[in-house]
Amino acid sequence: MHTNLTVNGKGQALDHDTRTTLLDALRETLNLKGTKKGCDHGQCGACTVLVNGVRINACLSLVAMHDGDEVVTIEGLASGDVLHPMQQAFLTQDALQCGYCTPGQICSAVAMLKEVAEGQPSQATHDLVGRISLTDEEIRERMSGNICRCSAYPQILAAIRSVAGDVV
Amino acid sequence: MSSVKDWAVPNPVSENRSGIIGKSVDRYEGRLKVTGTAPYAYEVEPPSTPVYGQAVSATIARGRILGIDTSAALASPGVKLVWTSENVPKQAARGERANPRSQRASNPTMGSDAVEFYGQTIAFVAADTLENAKAAAALINVTYDAQPATVDFLASLDQAEMPPGEDDTEIGDFSTGYRESSVKLDETYFSPIANHTQMEPCATTAWWDGDKVTVHTSIQMVKGGQHALAETLAIPSDKVHLITRYIGGGFGGKGQSYDDLTLAALAARELNQPVKVAYTRQQMFQATIHRPAVQMRVRLGAEADGRLNAFSIEAITHCARNVPFTEHAANFSRSLYASPNRLTGHRLVRMDLPGAGPMRAPGEATGMLSLECAMDELAEKLGLDPIELRIRNEPTVDPETGKPFSVRQLVSCMREGAQRFGWERRNPLPGKVQDGRWLVGMGMAAGIRGNFLLPAKAGIRITADGTVTLSQGMTDIGTGTYTILAQITAETLGVPLDQVRVELGDSDMPPAPGSGGQFGAATAGSAAFETGMVMRRTLAEMATGDPNSPLFGVDPTLVTFANGNIALENRSESLSTLIERVQPEGVYVEGSISPAADARDWSQHTYGAQFAEVGVDVVTGEVRLRRMFGVFAAGRILNAKTAKSQITGGMIWGIGTALTETNPIDPRYGSFLNQDMAGYLVPSHADIVNVDSMFLDEVDDKANPLGIKGVGELGICGTGAAIANAIYNACGVRLRDYPMTPDKVLKGLIAKGL
Repeated sequence: MHTNLTVNGKGQALDHDTRTTLLDALRETLNLKGTKKGCDHGQCGACTVLVNGVRINACLSLVAMHDGDEVVTIEGLASGDVLHPMQQAFLTQDALQCGYCTPGQICSAVAMLKEVAEGQPSQATHDLVGRISLTDEEIRERMSGNICRCSAYPQILAAIRSVAGDVV
Repeated sequence: MSSVKDWAVPNPVSENRSGIIGKSVDRYEGRLKVTGTAPYAYEVEPPSTPVYGQAVSATIARGRILGIDTSAALASPGVKLVWTSENVPKQAARGERANPRSQRASNPTMGSDAVEFYGQTIAFVAADTLENAKAAAALINVTYDAQPATVDFLASLDQAEMPPGEDDTEIGDFSTGYRESSVKLDETYFSPIANHTQMEPCATTAWWDGDKVTVHTSIQMVKGGQHALAETLAIPSDKVHLITRYIGGGFGGKGQSYDDLTLAALAARELNQPVKVAYTRQQMFQATIHRPAVQMRVRLGAEADGRLNAFSIEAITHCARNVPFTEHAANFSRSLYASPNRLTGHRLVRMDLPGAGPMRAPGEATGMLSLECAMDELAEKLGLDPIELRIRNEPTVDPETGKPFSVRQLVSCMREGAQRFGWERRNPLPGKVQDGRWLVGMGMAAGIRGNFLLPAKAGIRITADGTVTLSQGMTDIGTGTYTILAQITAETLGVPLDQVRVELGDSDMPPAPGSGGQFGAATAGSAAFETGMVMRRTLAEMATGDPNSPLFGVDPTLVTFANGNIALENRSESLSTLIERVQPEGVYVEGSISPAADARDWSQHTYGAQFAEVGVDVVTGEVRLRRMFGVFAAGRILNAKTAKSQITGGMIWGIGTALTETNPIDPRYGSFLNQDMAGYLVPSHADIVNVDSMFLDEVDDKANPLGIKGVGELGICGTGAAIANAIYNACGVRLRDYPMTPDKVLKGLIAKGL
């Protein structure tokens, strides 16, 4: 079947198997291998990408569902040689080790800050009416869909915190 | 062979003139990883369009395949081949070694119709797309003759035997010493099966060029993988080019190759086309190695002043029926505490499970879950502070071998940690600190993990533009190997860090043993350093022997290397000028490291002290970590930033061990109950609050020429016990059965009437 979508600002016309996930379309068809396959079941978050600005697990989504959508992957965050502030923060804070969860963590963190700025509450939000305060508890709760087996969690928190001021 | 005395002589790394050693430089390959441009094994671009492979797994634990109907799979769209034990290409029989100097034996896939564990590969499909391969794999229909399988460890303890080639160690007379001790402890602890759960599933991309195969695979040991595949395919090792540049986590589970490697290579040869094979997450759980369960009986006998008089750990563990492996849960304890009468040993149950194998700190990670709890229990019996009890049993020499310690800062770790953590605020009486519905407590544990140095080589090339390239058949599994090798090379040669490139993970490069056993940094780093020293001598000879060099005629042993220059007093030239003039094609040297002949005359370990504060919900039994702090002594630290990431990551692993990680076997099928990351619970962001660590200043000049030791495994050692002890201090419930899940805590709370 046929699907038109935009990936990292570039229009893509895909002729694809109905069974193809967004994740496999990105990795195997569009050669965007920065989005990782960790579990293929929506449990690890390594495949997190932004669809129309919202983070999703690309493994749980068929590419056929994304006609007309705008997808941003880890490859679409930097501006040329200049890293996205979240990428730079992950590098500076050493918020990674093996690096396999890292693209998903970074995409997730970028979208997460936007969700907070838009006032979307989480399980950790105590005040559902006022402006959400970006506590460490909020960051940890909102990032818990992204597993890091190397366990860089303290540094990931520090990285997100270091850019949160500019974004939220 | 060298002596450790040679290592004590000052050298460029120990002098650290430019200050690169120890510095918190950013991860060498970090930019590639944060941009998603570091290609892992499944992502490497093959020379032509690849075929996708999918393995099919057995659904019984033991028996025989009566028949496999592959007709529907063969007729399925896009299918290129379907293999079972009946038509898979011939491979060497399991365990065969045809090639001389081979490090690994053959490991054929689908070698017969026998099933030895649930999850074993029994069929394989290759198709033009991943979707077609998966769909066809699902159409394969298998009938079995299932036979009774031994899969229940605790029900099979009576089958435990002495592991092959092992013996108990007894010093003094344990039974008399124990009987005559005034305070005794005899408790049994259990740690369950655990899974590595690396983020990147095992994967291989393979293609052939004539009679030579190129495989990009996710493996911690380059040479081991190369040899294993060569043996399996019955071809010379130099016909296997194995590359593993980036690895999405290993933790011991990728110390060996799996069927993805064999099948990708076989299918690529058969189809004359590149083939990609990855394990599914479910196959990662069912068909790669796991940390086996261990039951540990600890007996401690002490005098009233706390000094141990008798000490014993007896561990029973399990392994696959035909793949011997012992989780040495008692070994570390032979060096930890003084006691004149000692008995330690292991027993092994053979089971119909996939191979048990090494997982981060094999032996120590499990063993310390028992002993470090037992010490806490003994301290309470004696009315002593747990740290004080440990200090009173601090040995002056290794308690089993009598060898001196190379350096041992365990007491300093405990004292520094106690002070920074606020240990003096701990109420020694359990259940006394309440915070709403939470009971709050503190616990600590000691940690120890061995230090090793293995033989390794490295190569360094300097080109006429001054670029220095270190190459080594080493791996970086997220440990920071690229980064520390760049730092060592830069400091040894006196060149700026941004002039150094590091190339790893290629079987064509000078061999190193790979990542494992906490030996990576010490082994690969020492080889890089020694190679740097060869390069210094080569360049010194080159400059002092060249009439056009300002250094012509000076004593080559006196020249210095700094800022990219070779110099003696006010005479100097840049390395690039020298090389461009004398050897414009560049200079390449190799060097090597071997263990010193007398290195094992010292007892060598890394040490730590772990401190935890937890809250226990008195209503639900849930345990929440409140904060954790670890103090570690592990030789010279090469990169403060990456080392801290490593050791803190290890501590967080220990938190998972303590609270969530377990994988029971389904007795009906012999399968793991948890076969995905929704069932097998590794720590997530929300679990990890305020975990921090520090290293003590240390140089171990008996370890290697750099005075460094490994940090990859030490962080997990003792962590779980510190949390168990904190839970006891919080609520008075003593758990000896890991992980300490709410059901177990709640049962204890109810028993106490809380």
